[in-house]
Amino acid sequence: MKYIDEYRDATSAEKLINQIRSVVTHPWTIMEICGGQTHTIVKSGIDDLLPSDLTLVHGPGCPVCVTPLELIDKAVAIASRPDIIFTSFGDMLRVPGSEKDLLTVKAAGGDVRIVYSPLDALKLAQKNPEKKIVFFAVGFETTAPANAMSVWQAKQLGLKNFSILCSHVLVPPAMEAILSSPLNHVQGFLAAGHVCTVMGYEEYITLASKYHIPIVVTGFEPVDILQGILMTVKQLEEGHAEVENQYTRAVRREGNRSAQELMRKVFETTDRSWRGIGIIPKSGYRLRDEFAEFDAENVFDIAAIHTQESPLCIAGQVMQGFKKPHDCSAFGIQCTPEHPLGAPMVSSEGACAAYFHYGKMNYRK
Amino acid sequence: MCLAIPGKVIEINAAVSPIMGKVSFGGIKKEVCLELVPEVKIGSYVIVHVGFAISMMDEEEAQETLKLINQMNDLENE
Ligand code: SF4
Repeated sequence: MKYIDEYRDATSAEKLINQIRSVVTHPWTIMEICGGQTHTIVKSGIDDLLPSDLTLVHGPGCPVCVTPLELIDKAVAIASRPDIIFTSFGDMLRVPGSEKDLLTVKAAGGDVRIVYSPLDALKLAQKNPEKKIVFFAVGFETTAPANAMSVWQAKQLGLKNFSILCSHVLVPPAMEAILSSPLNHVQGFLAAGHVCTVMGYEEYITLASKYHIPIVVTGFEPVDILQGILMTVKQLEEGHAEVENQYTRAVRREGNRSAQELMRKVFETTDRSWRGIGIIPKSGYRLRDEFAEFDAENVFDIAAIHTQESPLCIAGQVMQGFKKPHDCSAFGIQCTPEHPLGAPMVSSEGACAAYFHYGKMNYRK
Repeated sequence: MCLAIPGKVIEINAAVSPIMGKVSFGGIKKEVCLELVPEVKIGSYVIVHVGFAISMMDEEEAQETLKLINQMNDLENE
């Protein structure tokens, strides 16, 4: 397929790997933000082909992984009600809550449906006026315009039976949280290309200079990632700390203004709790007051929830780059994709699932 | 979940709000919201995420990236 196949080309990849090898003279640690990039890296074996001086650690860019446990429990509570059609992206269904996941609710007769787009949830609301349709609106800046549009449209259509359970998170505050941690050892970032298609990359410029760290906006195919790594390593070796754009075919400096405008109309920034990490100031979106009637947390009175995380799971440390999945004592033993203890073992973007699926079991010390 | 893939716009329905259209992903056609890419034309390539086109593909930039990598190789062979 155009714009994909060229960026999976083995010859180009090899050239880039050779270049990287010739440039690296020091040990460096680079974090790729997005879970989609993590999967490309692990699946295509990029991490094994890089010089041993170069360490890739995996970032928090997996929306499914960072959705707080309390919200999963709320989703389970809402989805269990008889008057509800609960809609969600497929990935969320198997994420473990304190007691159960959404798939268990579905198996017990709950009307839980996987949708491809939030607009599908909106269609369900129009078709089923006697039911209340709730959409689990998780995601980063990439998904925010779509979810904003669903609420915007619901208001235009005057829908009274549609709401979203909102857990939107934002990338730059999470990067800042990682950088300001005393445990941090990340020296360069591959920024998430698709987040930047929407937001652009101006907001990274302050981050790069404040923490003196190179940030390279990077795409998702193997050639993209290798080129992103090469650009980052060159900066590191030369002592630069700039924002560069590898993913120029899709990302403009200012991002997608139409999308940003819609997001601004519907959402406002708020502090958000990230699963395994904790509260990060101004790191998420919530619905503006004008859209309060579409906020499932307002619509449904959910009793206080006592959350219980698995004591074995170290997902928070994995997602901040302090640990790798195989450093977790439960990895591949008590925690597998069939019986996940934490969200990164479930999601198609979770680092633990990537390591499990692509045979990194034997990495365990 | 941030999975987003490029496809070719083959149909635009600007009469509806939000603007919708059809995008072909190597022959597989899907209905996609085009409201957020106002400059879209038939034949444009867009990046689609959860049923929404979120960005236009820039052919020149795409070529430029590949050219850069190719040249990289030539330099090494010299
Ligand atoms: S392997 Fe499982 S238990 Fe360990 S950090 Fe990953 S998700 Fe958590």
